[in-house]
Amino acid sequence: MPKIIKNGQLIDDDTRILILDESQAPEELTLAAGPVFVPFAVWQAHSGQLSGRADLGVWLDSHEDVAELVPDLDRIAAIALNFPKFTDGRAYSAAALLRTRYGFKGEIRAIGDVLRDQFFFMQRCGFDTIQPKAGKYSDAQLEEALASLKDFSTPYQAAVDQPEPLFRRAQRAA
Amino acid sequence: MYRYDPYDQKIVDERVAQFRDQTRRYLAGELTDEEFRPLRLQNGLYIQRHAPMLRVAVPYGLLSSTQVRKMAHIARTYDKGYAHITTRQNVQFNWPELKLVPEILAELATVEMHAIQTSGACIRNITSDPFAGVAGDEQIDPRPWGEILRQWSTFHPEFAFLPRKFKIAINGAKEDRAVIQCHDIGLELKRDAAGEIGFRVLVGGGMGRTPVIGAEISAFVPWQHIITYCEAILRVYNRHGRRDNLYKARIKILVKALGIDEFRRQVEEEWVFGKNGPNTLTEAEVARVAGHFTTPAYETLPADDAGYLSQHAANPAFAAWTRRNVLAHKVPGYAVVVVSLKDPSRAPGDVTDAQLDLVADWADAYSFGEIRATHEQNLVLADVKQSELFALWEKARAANLATPTFGLLTDMICCPGGDFCSLANAKSIPIANAIQARFDDLDYLYDIGDIELNISGCMNSCGHHHVGHIGVLGVDKNGEEWYQVSLGGSQGNHTSIGKVIGRSFAAAEMPDVVSKIINVYLAQRQDGERFIETVRRTGLDPFKLGVYGEAAVKERKQNA
Ligand code: SF4
Repeated sequence: MPKIIKNGQLIDDDTRILILDESQAPEELTLAAGPVFVPFAVWQAHSGQLSGRADLGVWLDSHEDVAELVPDLDRIAAIALNFPKFTDGRAYSAAALLRTRYGFKGEIRAIGDVLRDQFFFMQRCGFDTIQPKAGKYSDAQLEEALASLKDFSTPYQAAVDQPEPLFRRAQRAA
Repeated sequence: MYRYDPYDQKIVDERVAQFRDQTRRYLAGELTDEEFRPLRLQNGLYIQRHAPMLRVAVPYGLLSSTQVRKMAHIARTYDKGYAHITTRQNVQFNWPELKLVPEILAELATVEMHAIQTSGACIRNITSDPFAGVAGDEQIDPRPWGEILRQWSTFHPEFAFLPRKFKIAINGAKEDRAVIQCHDIGLELKRDAAGEIGFRVLVGGGMGRTPVIGAEISAFVPWQHIITYCEAILRVYNRHGRRDNLYKARIKILVKALGIDEFRRQVEEEWVFGKNGPNTLTEAEVARVAGHFTTPAYETLPADDAGYLSQHAANPAFAAWTRRNVLAHKVPGYAVVVVSLKDPSRAPGDVTDAQLDLVADWADAYSFGEIRATHEQNLVLADVKQSELFALWEKARAANLATPTFGLLTDMICCPGGDFCSLANAKSIPIANAIQARFDDLDYLYDIGDIELNISGCMNSCGHHHVGHIGVLGVDKNGEEWYQVSLGGSQGNHTSIGKVIGRSFAAAEMPDVVSKIINVYLAQRQDGERFIETVRRTGLDPFKLGVYGEAAVKERKQNA
């Protein structure tokens, strides 16, 4: 089974990420059973019947606004935020907003072009789950990549993982 | 100056370890070129024409003598014996070997230096007034604020992959010496009616392909809130800045597209959530950081040192140097010295390892062990006693570091250009050197007076050509190097973007073109008028006429 990182540990996970191709209308879709992240458009079209499914999450692309999910947050178990390219940093803000402004307590998963050298930033912004693309890392490499979560032990600024900046956390000598 | 505590040191040490591992994985083929690119850029490492180029951060331009000696050591050991001061007050090494860069970073870390965020689509090194703390017109010292913002922006997890690079500058004096109007965020320290410190905030300025003067987004943000306010700006930009087109990705394009009022509304709306939150600055933190920028132990000295005055009267060469390269200091009996890196036999801003060692020695002997790097690509010893100026001058002159041309035509800003930079359209250093060779008569340069000539090798504008009184831009015409000339740009409180005068020129024409421009100025100037003042008064027409001749100008007008 594919491995992902959850709360700093490797775990098995076979959640599918449903990607619609252009010919598929979200309204006409029938969902197979099993754990899955559906695109925001599918959630919108089917939210009545999908809500409450514990094995179902919603994924947003980087241009989609997390604010649109706010009315539904208490009915969504997990949200995945897509990195179309690892250099597209919008999902960092989206995750931070979900955690701090909208109080989302469920899973926030990084998907797409997810690379180990960004793990540290992801975790700081509130991602608890990290799913690199299938085949990107071997299990051994992913195991090794866990170290990147700890690249910096004491960051300066406040973020989701450390709600206070260093100058409030620590007594720094003058 | 700011000294690291164990927290600062640990972050920099951990960075060295991180980059060592990233480099190892890259060399082992585990990271692709594309994946490694932003990682190395955020560590100041470019792949250039000949070799990698490493840009080392000099936060707000401040260096200790120990750091400068380390730079000398790196230039000698890992490079070809010289370093380059950039227009962002940073230091560049042009010839390091990729696999040795982690070693260089480890060496830098031992003297509290790093290359963090000196490139890449992140918050860059924060720049400021090179005369901070000693300028007579200073209202509030910008350095503690530069350090506070440096720490906040270092590895900020939300803003490591912005649409594009993001530059912040701070000024705390009456005269703006940090080009704050041409930055993504420009901060002007000021006091409100109650005497409280805060910031006037400009946003969306910048040079590059589309030069823009920053717009005022807030007339006054109280100091406690400056981090949360900047975060609000950055968050709006990170979420809504364009990512589809590299040339439209800077915040200035977003601000233009929304209009400053709508942009402000969005920022204020965002700020509501962060304001008064944990990132609100505390008095204790500001006091802690400000405590590092104490006033040195100045002696009580007469305003005019008698020995200095007589040396000045007796030695015209010394007098010429003091007239240009020695500036007033706010403390009686002290002076600010510009150590010129504009010796015409070198590229502007270049400095050798031996020179760096000497400057470090002089800093220890004469200037409390501190050195500043300026965005105009010189070094500064900011606290020299008048009585020691002559001794310093003799040493500096012997080391070719006393070119007495600060603020004159040949004290130009010049980017590395086509000799080094892989983005360049044209070379810039040979143009600078050719103009310096043409204008080698000091009396003539003094007569021409204050003038700023800035050269960039391409539209990225590292050489600040848009704000040069005379701006020179390298352009590519069918694979050949040409130079476009603009006039009327300026930095400072009256920042303006220069206007292109007409068709561009071949490299060989450039000294003549500058001569013609200067001749027009000398013919047109009224009493005491500086070059830029004449250009503002007369407009470009007389200059076009002087450069292109009557026939060409007429023809252009007809065709227009
Ligand atoms: S202005 Fe262009 S040529 Fe000059 S250093 Fe910058 S990118 Fe390179």
